[in-house]
Formats: sequence, structure tokens, C-alpha cells
Amino acid sequence: MVLSKRFAREIPLYIMLAPAVVLVLIYSYAPMVGIVMAFQRVLPGKGIFGSPWVGIENFIFVAKMPTILQVVWNTIRIAGLKAIFGVVVPVSVALMLNNVTSHLFKRTVQTIIYLPHFLSWIIMAGILVDILSPSEGIVNQMLGAVGIQPIFFLGDDKIFPWTMVFTDVWKSFGFGTIIYLAALTDIDPTLYEAAVVDGATRWQQTLHITLPGISGTIIMLSTLSLGNILNAGFDQIFNLYSPLVYSTGDIIDTLVFRTGIINNQYGIATAVGLLKSVVSLLLIGTAYKLAAMWADYRLF
Amino acid sequence: MNPKIYKLPFFENLLNLTVLALLALLCLFPILHILALSFSSATAASSGKVAILPVEFTAQSYQFVLENVAFAKSFLISLQRVLVGVPVNMLLTILVAYPLSRSQAEFRARGFFAWFFVITILFSGGLIPWYMVIRQTGLIDKFWALILPGALPVFNVILLANSFRTIPKELEEAAAMDGAGHWTILFRILLPMSLPVLATLTLFVAVSHWNQWFDGLILMNSPDKYPLQSYLQTVVVNPDPRMLTERDLGLLKVISNRTTRAAQIFIAMIPILLIYPFLQRYFTTGIKLGSVKG
Repeated sequence: MVLSKRFAREIPLYIMLAPAVVLVLIYSYAPMVGIVMAFQRVLPGKGIFGSPWVGIENFIFVAKMPTILQVVWNTIRIAGLKAIFGVVVPVSVALMLNNVTSHLFKRTVQTIIYLPHFLSWIIMAGILVDILSPSEGIVNQMLGAVGIQPIFFLGDDKIFPWTMVFTDVWKSFGFGTIIYLAALTDIDPTLYEAAVVDGATRWQQTLHITLPGISGTIIMLSTLSLGNILNAGFDQIFNLYSPLVYSTGDIIDTLVFRTGIINNQYGIATAVGLLKSVVSLLLIGTAYKLAAMWADYRLF
Repeated sequence: MNPKIYKLPFFENLLNLTVLALLALLCLFPILHILALSFSSATAASSGKVAILPVEFTAQSYQFVLENVAFAKSFLISLQRVLVGVPVNMLLTILVAYPLSRSQAEFRARGFFAWFFVITILFSGGLIPWYMVIRQTGLIDKFWALILPGALPVFNVILLANSFRTIPKELEEAAAMDGAGHWTILFRILLPMSLPVLATLTLFVAVSHWNQWFDGLILMNSPDKYPLQSYLQTVVVNPDPRMLTERDLGLLKVISNRTTRAAQIFIAMIPILLIYPFLQRYFTTGIKLGSVKG
């Protein structure tokens, strides 16, 4: 009787959860069941239940793809470079902004550098394709004015990954900067006062007070980005790449898209997707463990 | 924050300000350039005379874009998507955050449901199974395909649940003493006290709905059902000449392709620019949210 009374008080909570539970079951959990397609030769019109089982045939096919190692390496390389610059640039800009005494200047810079974060990669790609064009883009025009030959930022496979890294940092460093600035304001000002009394130079203050003060945030964000090492940025690359730069710019997600959605090889695309999900899960798990250990980060 | 201690020597200060100003310019310049292009004539644009001010000012590109039915239609679909999607997202976020913010004693299944939702952040079936399920549920080519699959933003649920937990328990206990049930506590006490948080989350889901392009692109078979960003993907980023009519081809000679592309990009940016002041204002709330621990 006591138990049922307790349950009665919980009923509204179940009612609140019900619609979301149903939607999540359908659109998040059902696709997890759909992973069995990785072990099938999916026939058009037959779906999951009618297609024949082929064991690990799809995985063997993936392993034998001539480009697969290159694609995995491209992914890790681009994501890794983005992660490194994605920490270094915002931390530097935050430290620089912290040295600015004019409130108006600081606020203006913050407002401007933060804007690209809210624009979609579609808009960004539209802008980039125009300004980076070798024939009429303004960037190459400006380079031409100082005597530099046109650079194929999006069409040269040696340059393409760097274009991706640079433009990604361009879009997101303002966002990162504001996070680090918020961390900077939490540093106890009396530490600086004490340092000045002890005769510390400004560089010594930066090195011994400011950096240690935001190291928690730096460690937390860098560790969490480890979980994203297989996400090199589908939205960005898909909208900017072309067959010219597949050798260095094709990543796991774009490969899955072309195999699955364009070529309709559902089984194979699902197999690649599954491998990626599993490795990502392990990495995210490790990242959260490390973040909890080093920076006392908790999701809940 | 502590100017006396942190003041830089003159030249270092100057260098510092210059580098920051250049960085800001680097972010602003491309946007101004696109705006200038969109208001320039075709000849000026193709002869490379346009920098950040329009050359041979004309609004012809805008006229062409706004007369384009497909563009207007996709703009309206995006608007509709935000107007329907945001309330759905927010309602579900609130309804899930409340039970998850209860204590284990109050809601015994809390742990189970917390994991039930968090797992979906950590692991997914991948692109193809996701697509197949949406197809199985009959949503291909339907407006609701843009709303239902992402109806619950789990990360926002975590943020909101954490923020509910920072509200003093005494308030709820007093209300419960007066006979208030869960619904009353949620709607009469917790929500009115969480307005800044709710505003932040609302703005963020609105931006993400506006910016979504991938789902529209692959879940809609016919381009006349595309939201704006998916439409731009096929017209501006990845142009398909088949989308142009005879009349368009004739007109494009007058107002180069480049200036109409610029005009379309800029129109798609306008809603974001309009709410940008609010985004800025609530952003600090957003950051503080992320660092709140339960």
C-alpha cells in the first residue's frame, strides 16, 4: 500500500517523460537496431527483415577498399590539427583581450569575432567559395597585388586540409575565446596584487597566475575534443571538397555519405558507420574519464 | 578587470591592439565583401573592383532573388520550421528535465532514464540506419521529418536539469506542503525562476533549426520542400544548372551569378543578425550553465 502510494506520486513524472521516450525509442534506438544491416547484403525494397545475412563480408570489403587507410588518416589529421589550433588560438586571443583596458574596444572585438560561430557551414561555404576562388576571389586578387600566383585553396590537395583547419578556426575561435575569457574572470585578483608586490614581471604573472588559472578549462576542453577525433567536420568538408582533393580531404563521414546515400551500398556504409561509432564511443568514454580525473568535470 | 596591475607598456599595448583589430577585421571583412558584392553590378563584380563597398550600386540581384518563387518558398519553410520546431524542442526539454532533476528518493527510476537519454549522445546507429528508420516511419518528403527525429535535444536537457537543481529546495517543499503536485511545482515555481536559462536554450535551438541543412537535403526528395539552407546548398554551394529556368538564364547575364549568390547568402544571414544582440546577451548565461554541476 505504501509502495503504491509512492508510485502514485511518481505517475506525473512518467507522463512527462512518455512523449520523449517514445520519440527517442523510434529515432535513436531503432537506428541502433538497424546496425544489423552491417551484416547483411541490403536489397532494395526488402529492408532489414528480408535481406540475406552475409556475416562479416561488408567489413572485409571495407578493409580491402584501396582508400580506406588514407581516409582514416585524413580524418585524424584534420580533426587533430583543428583540435590543436582550436585551443591555441582562443587561449592566445583571450590572453590578449585580457590585456585590453578599453572596455569599448574589448566588447567590439568580442562581438565581431563571435559572429561566425552562429552562421551555418552552408553560408560559410558560400562565402568561402567566392572569396577563395582562384580566378575572381578577393583573397587571390589581394595576393596577386603583391605578386603571388593564384593559390587553389579548395582545389589543391596539398593545401586543402590546411584551408579546412584555418577556416574552421576562423569560424570557431571567437566562441572559444569567450569561454576562456569567462574562466579568466574567475581568477582571484589578489593573486596579481601579491605578484606585483613580489616584483613579478607581466610575463611571469601570465606564466604563473593566468595560465595555471585557466589550465582547468584548457585541459577539460582539450580532453573532450579527444572524443571528436573521428569527426573532422562533415558540414564543412562536404560543402567545400571536390574529387580533386579526395586524396587528402575525404573523411570517414563523407565516405559513408557517398557509399550509402549516393551509391546505395547500405550494408557497406552501415559497416563503416558502425566501426566509427564504436571507436568514437571508446574515445568519448576515455575522454570523460580523463576529464573527470584531471579537471573534475562531470556531465551530471 | 584590474587595469592598474595589467597595463601593458605603450608599444606592446599598441601591438596587442593592432593584432586584435586585424583578427576582428578578418572575421568582418568576408561578410562585408559579400554584402558589397550583392549590391554591385554584374560588370563591377566580374572585373574585381568590389572590396567592402558596393560598386555601381544596384538592388537588381535582390529583386531577382525575391522574385524567385523557389527561394521564397524555402525561406518560408525554414521560418515554419523554427516556429514549430522550437516550441516542440523546448516543451520536450522541459518535460524531461524536470523528472531527471528529481532526487533518487523522489523518482526511483531517475538513474535508468538519465542513462536512457545520455546513451543517445554517446552512441548512434549512424547515417544509414537513421535514414532507413525515418523512411520506415513515412516521414520522407514530409515537413515533420525536420522536427520529430531531433525533437529532444538531450544536451539541453542536461543543462536545464542541472539548473533546476540549483533552485533552493525549500521553495518546492513549501509548495508541496500546500498540496502542490509535480505539474504545479514545475510550471509555477521552477519555470518562472529559470527564465534566463530558458531564453538561452530557446535562442540556441532557434539558431540550430535555422542553420540545419543536411536533414532537408536527404529527407526531402523534391527541392520545393527544401528549407532555406538545403536550398542554398544545392543552388549556391553545389550549383545544379537544372534548377534554372530559361528566364533565369537570360536574367543571369545581366546580374551575374556571383552577385545573386551573394544576395542569397546575405538574406539567409539576416535572421541570425537580427537575433544576434540577444544571443550575445544570453551567451554568458549559456557558459555558466555548462559549468554548473549537480
